[in-house]
Amino acid sequence: MNELAQQIVSGLATGSIYASMALALVLIYRSMGVINFAQGEMAMFSTYLAWQFAQQGMPLWIAFPLTIAIAFAGAVALERVVVRPVERAAPLTVVILCLGLLITFNGLAGWIWGYTVRTFPSPFPTTPLHIGSAAFSSQDLGIIAVSLLSLGAISLFFGKTKLGLAMRAAALYPESSRVLGVRVGWMLALGWGMAAAVGALSGLMVAPVVLLEPNMMQGILVYAFAAAVLGGIDSPVGAVVGGLALGVGLNLIGAYVPVIGTDLQLTTAFGIIIVILLFRPAGLFGRRTMRRV
Amino acid sequence: MHVRNRPLAATLAACFALSLGVGAFAPAAADEPGITPTEILLGGLHPYSGPASAYGAIGKGILAYFAYVNDKGGVNGRKITYKDLDDAYSPPQAVQLTKQLVEQDKVFAMFDTLGTPSNLAIRQYLNDNGVPQLYVATGASTWGSDGAKYPWTIGWQPDYQSEAIVYARYLLKEAPNAKIGVLMQNDDYGEDYLTGLKTGLGSKSGNIVKVATYEVTDASVASQVASLKAAGADTFFVFATPKFSIQALVAAAQQSWHPRTFFNSVSASATILGAATKAGGEDATKGLITTQYLKDPSEPSWADDAGMKQYREILAKYAPGADPNNGFFAYGVSIAFTMVDTLKRAGKNPTRKAVMDIANHLHETDNFLVLPGIVVETTPKDRFPIDQQRLARYDGTHFVPFGEIYAGRGRGR
Amino acid sequence: MRVNKYWSVAVLALLVLVLPRFVPSYAAFELTFVGAYAIGILGLVILTGTNGQISLGHGAFFGIGGYAVAILAQKLGVPFWASVPLAAIVSGILGLGLGLVALRLEGVYLALATFALAVATPSTLKHFKSLTGGSQGLAVPSLSPPGPLHGVITSEQWLYYVTWVIAGALFLLTSIALGGRLGRALRAIRDNEVAAISFGVNPQRYKTFAFGWSAAYAGIAGAIVAIATGFVSPDTYTVALSLALVTGAVLGGIDTLWGALLGGVIVEFLPLLVQKINPAAPSVVYGIALVLFMIFLPGGIARSIQAVIHPLRLRREIHHARS
Repeated sequence: MNELAQQIVSGLATGSIYASMALALVLIYRSMGVINFAQGEMAMFSTYLAWQFAQQGMPLWIAFPLTIAIAFAGAVALERVVVRPVERAAPLTVVILCLGLLITFNGLAGWIWGYTVRTFPSPFPTTPLHIGSAAFSSQDLGIIAVSLLSLGAISLFFGKTKLGLAMRAAALYPESSRVLGVRVGWMLALGWGMAAAVGALSGLMVAPVVLLEPNMMQGILVYAFAAAVLGGIDSPVGAVVGGLALGVGLNLIGAYVPVIGTDLQLTTAFGIIIVILLFRPAGLFGRRTMRRV
Repeated sequence: MHVRNRPLAATLAACFALSLGVGAFAPAAADEPGITPTEILLGGLHPYSGPASAYGAIGKGILAYFAYVNDKGGVNGRKITYKDLDDAYSPPQAVQLTKQLVEQDKVFAMFDTLGTPSNLAIRQYLNDNGVPQLYVATGASTWGSDGAKYPWTIGWQPDYQSEAIVYARYLLKEAPNAKIGVLMQNDDYGEDYLTGLKTGLGSKSGNIVKVATYEVTDASVASQVASLKAAGADTFFVFATPKFSIQALVAAAQQSWHPRTFFNSVSASATILGAATKAGGEDATKGLITTQYLKDPSEPSWADDAGMKQYREILAKYAPGADPNNGFFAYGVSIAFTMVDTLKRAGKNPTRKAVMDIANHLHETDNFLVLPGIVVETTPKDRFPIDQQRLARYDGTHFVPFGEIYAGRGRGR
Repeated sequence: MRVNKYWSVAVLALLVLVLPRFVPSYAAFELTFVGAYAIGILGLVILTGTNGQISLGHGAFFGIGGYAVAILAQKLGVPFWASVPLAAIVSGILGLGLGLVALRLEGVYLALATFALAVATPSTLKHFKSLTGGSQGLAVPSLSPPGPLHGVITSEQWLYYVTWVIAGALFLLTSIALGGRLGRALRAIRDNEVAAISFGVNPQRYKTFAFGWSAAYAGIAGAIVAIATGFVSPDTYTVALSLALVTGAVLGGIDTLWGALLGGVIVEFLPLLVQKINPAAPSVVYGIALVLFMIFLPGGIARSIQAVIHPLRLRREIHHARS
């Protein structure tokens, strides 16, 4: 019983890591209809910037917001310069472009900072907290809290603000929105910026747990995809729920289903993606789209 | 032809005969690939891109040491050139690059090729063509144990199996009925350790109550640690690479699990344990046991050691910007020392065969980064250059060696 | 124009035939890999270029082909002339399976699903240890030239010729198939699936078939790579391989046969070229090159060359017609 509780709690902790990254993926998808394969590497790169600032002595409460702001601005610029020419190109072109960005950011981080594993400063204390006998760290709690806060902010933004409405319109009905005066191009850039900011936040939160190195986001990316698909690729709520569910589910399978065990987690994630996309493509919370002939 | 001047003719004939003789017996240095009057060309493969890129630091350490030796005149008058290529840890790349190095660049030997898959892939080709595959940078035991089949291949570092045997021997003395939980990376690295542990435990290998594996793509190993704790283990073996070792220790501390912990040497540097302490508190790392064979540059007790100082000077001059506390650089410098040592002993006209012979008859006691008392030694029957290790316990800031120097592969010591 | 096409193919064939005489053995070895990758990318030309389905996971089929040959050789002593076709069949069947799944996915969703497949491949291969040898991998026996040719050519040169003969045959087969009804149906589905249905084309059948067909090619390619390397291990079939294949295909020209050939050259030699440009950070150069290509030359190199040659040809024909 103790172990079960621990597995669930640890699963929630790992799941929150997936959830925070999944939020960024969902944001990009909502604003542009693409899945940005480079999201993880951009987040990792931003995290390294924060690390660099901290190394220079900047206190965390300045370094973190500064990093997020830089991530936002950088992504907006990136979208306008690099992504804009391919905005309306075939999906394959955009995919390859994103792969190019993935490779570039990964290589850049390795070049500048090397491949040694480093610790990352955390604003939270290291003493473990407990639910019953199950232990977790305040860092884990922080990740969940930040994810939920981001989720709240994003939902408010899309649901209640004019700008959010404009963004949603630009993504779904670009031509009509243009007619109505929405600057569609800048809406896409804004979407990229927001996704990068959320991604940077994710990186900052998870780096103390997964440790800072250029490849830190690669494993997480696939799980984040699975979480986003599970929850609904266009639903922020789904991203968080999907992430937590995935984390707990994989832990329980790993601990209690010896046939699959802990070495087929990626395969399981792949299986989940396939099954969901086949039978319930909208995921748990997403919206179903129909193609009219 | 009329030979008028007999003494001259005799002299000429003698010279001619002598030159024939000399030509027959002197190893034709010009014919040996990779050897010119001024240069020895060695080839190497390291992952400079992709997930294993952290090991690229070893290659940099080697280059620094070779630069240092070259500045002092090289080896028997020749400078060492090390052509080190990026194989991205991919066996097909490794094979192609190796063929290129051997057939186009005509390297004298391959040195410090890194990664078990790459080395396995190129081993057959190198052995078929009589090219030495020297001092490979992996701890797989096959380099030493398959020496008869692959005489041109030899390892260097203590192999993972023998390291685990050392732990097992110690544990059997200390706590013969311990309940053992193992966390291992799910690849040949982890598997070799586990095999060694079981071999070392012998009849007591039933003491292992649970083995948990993880993949390098996993975000956290907290789940595996929880399983091990739940299985009732009171002894914890961590056969993991640095990132996951830190996570494992932190998770154990968080879950209030304080087993007797053994920590594999690849991950055992003061820097790494310092990181674990920062993240998980003192409990996470105190009392950890590991083995050592090299001096750990991040360990303050070596600060005044002459060998360590020399290492830092070499890095500062020939690899500026490299962090000397990174153990991979130390590994590179130390293994390069053995390489230079081997080449020196091969004399003025080294041949591949001669060098391989020397590699099979090493007795190196002056490697300035190897722990005092450990000898880099091989015989044709024992092709594991370093198999001695020392147990050390982490006290929160230092590794404190204890016990004697163990030979992992019983050579009677 | 017809004559031009046959001439260029003939020149290429001659080049391939004669090259090993003039280049060192290890270069022929590398060209063998070019041929293998070209075959694999040809599969992507069929699936993605002609039929419009994105696959970021074809490395998995490379792996199946490679392991099939290795396992059959190691455990059952099956010779290569039998195991390579078997590898193609096994990959093809699994490809059909994936194709069925892919019917429900499109665009980025399919990219995502196949990406996950590529990432999951190494650990799946590792899992079935008793069959695949786990992370230690399996050795693959080498291919020696048949009796009469022993000593005349090296093993590497023999493998080179075998590979390019296979490649030539497959390219020919593909060219014929895509030039006829099959190609038209695949293209129609790519361009407008709904319209294709109204023309009587059954998209399910063709799309699934395209997946199986391209997977079979990838299986053959993987088998050749395994034989050339002499070794298979899970690390050979990481996501990097799948991404390199797609990248090579797109840079070469995803919808032309010449693009597949160029793609093979790119996959094999671009990493080496990039290392020479910037040994400190080759991936940065590689990534930026990809981004720039997608912005300026999304059709790939083959299309760009065609875009230059076509107007020239047209101009010459008009000139001939006038005079």
